[in-house]
Amino acid sequence: MNTETPTLGSPSLPVLTAKDFASDQEIRWCPRCGDYSILAQMKKVLPGLGIPREKFVFVSGIGCSSRFPYYMNTYGMHTIHGRAPAIASGIKISRPDLQVWVITGDGDALSIGGNHFMHMIRRNMDLKIILFNNQIYGLTKGQYSPTSPRGQKTKSTPMGSVDNPLTPLSVAIGSEATFVARSVDVDIKHLSHTLERAASHKGTAFVEVYQDCNVFNSGAFEYATDKSIKGDHIVYLEHGKPLVFGTKVKKGIRLNGMNPEIVELGKGITEDDLLFHDEKLAEPSLAFLLARMRHPEFPEPMGVFRDVQKPIYDHDVNAQIDAAVAKQGEGDLEALFNMGDTWVVE
Amino acid sequence: MASTAAAPEVQSGEGMNKKREQMESVVIRFCGDSGDGMQLVGSQFMNTSAILGNDVSTLPDFPAEIRAPIGTLAGVSGYQLNFSSHDIFTPGDAVDTLVAMNPAALKSNVNDLKRGGTLIVNDDEFETSNLQKAGYETNPLLDAKISSNYQLHRVPMTRLTRDAVDGLGLSLKEADRCKNFFSLGLVYWLYDRDRKPTEDEITHKFSKKPAIMEANLRALRAGFNYGFSTESFTTHYNVPRAKLPPGKYKKITGNEATALGLVTGAKLAGKNLFYAGYPITPASDILHELAAMKNFRVRTFQAEDEIAAMSAVVGAAYAGELAITASSGPGICLKGEAIGLGIMMELPMIIVNVQRGGPSTGLPTKTEQSDLLLCYFGRNGDSPIPIIAASGPGDCFDMVQEAMRISVEFMTPVFFLTDGYIANGAEPWMIPNIKDLKPIMVQHPSGKNGQSPDSVTAEGQNGYLPYKRDAKLARPWAVPGTPGLEHRVGGLEKADVTGNVDYSPANHHHMVMTRCKKVAGIADHIPLQDIDGPDSGELLVISWGGTWGAVRTAVRQCQANGKSVSHVHMKYMNPMPRNLGDIIKNFRKVLIPELNTGQLSLLLRARFLVDAVGLNKVQGKPFLVSEVAEKINEMLGGK
Repeated sequence: MNTETPTLGSPSLPVLTAKDFASDQEIRWCPRCGDYSILAQMKKVLPGLGIPREKFVFVSGIGCSSRFPYYMNTYGMHTIHGRAPAIASGIKISRPDLQVWVITGDGDALSIGGNHFMHMIRRNMDLKIILFNNQIYGLTKGQYSPTSPRGQKTKSTPMGSVDNPLTPLSVAIGSEATFVARSVDVDIKHLSHTLERAASHKGTAFVEVYQDCNVFNSGAFEYATDKSIKGDHIVYLEHGKPLVFGTKVKKGIRLNGMNPEIVELGKGITEDDLLFHDEKLAEPSLAFLLARMRHPEFPEPMGVFRDVQKPIYDHDVNAQIDAAVAKQGEGDLEALFNMGDTWVVE
Repeated sequence: MASTAAAPEVQSGEGMNKKREQMESVVIRFCGDSGDGMQLVGSQFMNTSAILGNDVSTLPDFPAEIRAPIGTLAGVSGYQLNFSSHDIFTPGDAVDTLVAMNPAALKSNVNDLKRGGTLIVNDDEFETSNLQKAGYETNPLLDAKISSNYQLHRVPMTRLTRDAVDGLGLSLKEADRCKNFFSLGLVYWLYDRDRKPTEDEITHKFSKKPAIMEANLRALRAGFNYGFSTESFTTHYNVPRAKLPPGKYKKITGNEATALGLVTGAKLAGKNLFYAGYPITPASDILHELAAMKNFRVRTFQAEDEIAAMSAVVGAAYAGELAITASSGPGICLKGEAIGLGIMMELPMIIVNVQRGGPSTGLPTKTEQSDLLLCYFGRNGDSPIPIIAASGPGDCFDMVQEAMRISVEFMTPVFFLTDGYIANGAEPWMIPNIKDLKPIMVQHPSGKNGQSPDSVTAEGQNGYLPYKRDAKLARPWAVPGTPGLEHRVGGLEKADVTGNVDYSPANHHHMVMTRCKKVAGIADHIPLQDIDGPDSGELLVISWGGTWGAVRTAVRQCQANGKSVSHVHMKYMNPMPRNLGDIIKNFRKVLIPELNTGQLSLLLRARFLVDAVGLNKVQGKPFLVSEVAEKINEMLGGK
């Protein structure tokens, strides 16, 4: 690889391929794990972003998904459980020139790391966060997670879980997220497109990826991945377009007061009656409503729920630094030492 | 203000029948309700005395509650200071002059007043309801024990202050808030202090509130004139300038010195400072100080919790910044896991622990030295970490830079220990000459060729070897953005040299030992332990951290009385200086005074098999000189 230091987005970049982003480490996920697909899409997406390889940092916490950085030939940190958003924040505040990705899972982000997850998002730190949601603790071999459905029988819930699950997107939207999206591990085109959108967002970009843990929670998202049935169980979001889905019968989502409802098209109902997606709304109510549409009552939306611009924490921190330097001049120790009341002893 | 500390201007008429006596050293304590502004007048007295050229040492003592119920014992706030015409190392044992603004303040402080000492009370506050709140059944001022043991001055401060500010249109509440300056004015007269620095401060502080400014100025003068003109006070005192080493000075607290040292260290290293913290007493002032230094490109991050603050520091360290956090006991507990990550990743970072009384929330505003073992051992696995402890407010400036030097030279997190006493206590600090400060060398490899040619191998991460060590066993610090050095670090055990994940038994054994050896090896790069007194003898007193002043004073007193005693004060807690064991061997007995139940004792007994005796105090207060001296005398018997 070329060792010159082009700036971010410079046109003189060497052409990179997915291979350039593969590390030499043996990948140790279980065969057929959904993580492989996400890793492959990431390696495909990064070369197209126009950012030199050395400017990427991948930060993860603990869990199966958190091995991810070891398999990327970029800068990377495999850290401690739940803290990746905080560690990534430290990197991004001090080095705004880097593109920093956080790789996390449902347990890492929403259970032990819930606090950092929420605060990273409300600050709108310029980080890209991918949450691999498999609704189970895989690395610790099969306990229920904060996204496992109520009643799920696992090693730690032999009679079924009595915990109410969280919806990751609702948490993100409630935390004032500026970019929220969802995709599925095996839908590789949709996933790579979603990752590209996240990469180009300015501010925190949150992507939930439904990921199959074929060992401990196999088929949890079959409704969203099985080609023969998924058309009735997911609805693709497109900005400015109506929410239409269904394989045999064309259906849509219509607003009935404050609530979404499923309607069949035809019989006097046209696309114009449906809910039109608008990812740019200043208020997050629509995105929240979409996030609340859960299987099996509703088709689950896939795509970008929300994409708006707001002030970005790390930009503003550094803008204050620049403003202080511009106003007071570059810090001078001599002046600092002599500030305030001083006296001389002869 | 660049005053040349001229002899105190004679502004108090020497007429009347007032005597003026000279004293070497005086201890004053202002105490009152936490809303009475005692910290403010205490620090004003400190400033003024420092500017006059005295050596000064202070001990602010305030409750954890911002506003405990008015007039209660829980709400008493005090500020003690010792000012002197010679070198002093402590805020003093017994109080010469006590100012008590209400019955509760009297009750909780009068036992510290010397027999025959001056007791000034705000007489107006000694009425039934306040007496009851303080638990007095009758007015203690009428008690013969008070009036015969102390020189009691009952001053109607509330009334006199109200009279002084009359006509300025202040509410009664506003008028009463000026009475702290009345008390300060009176003590200024008593100790022949110049009012000007305080008048300047009042003028500056209240420049936008002219009525309040005028009221406080009037209250200050009214207090001063009260001392001058009433017959109650017959004598006032003068404490001449101390013979401090020549130079330019300013007053500094431990937290201020720590912040200043951090910014200085970063500048000397040519790096930016990144600070992440979560508000916690008594460490928050470090965050406040650094947040105000943005033109030094200091980035401060008030994180959502202690864990996030420590984690952000690890991230910033990987990104190539000089990364710092500060906290106190409960916060340090929360940081433990991320500190362990820093140790595994072998990245430089500083964790400042301003110790306070524990366990749990403990005594948030009071001092203690009970986190030494927490810092030594408070993580999973064998996770050695260098620990540096400052001995006083000004020393924080030098020692935090030393912590930074060790951190970057050896690629390791470093603990920097202070405590509530030195963090809030103030002393004169000689402003250093920037040219005399030690540089801090930081190197980042700029490419694979930045490493020695033989290190470039297909086995590393892109040929880069993040865990290939130098002679000091430090690994290189390649930062993101450097082309060709892309590499991954993590909390899993590393293969030596390549830094790849490796759980193999021999490698883990080797890596644990290597991390221990690296930290132990720092002993070759720190100063040898110095000793105050003969290097052999009957008794060696070993202290560390903020007890330096009390222990040094006590040992010097005993030495002056012909006792065979020497003093070692440790600042390098881990690793310890190479010669410490040899020093200890040359004494028959060893005494270790600590504000804990014997933490350094445990370490030294284990390491040097020495039958050390502890002097242990856990009252949230520093040692008195007399407590240490008594123990020394007891151990030396009649010798």
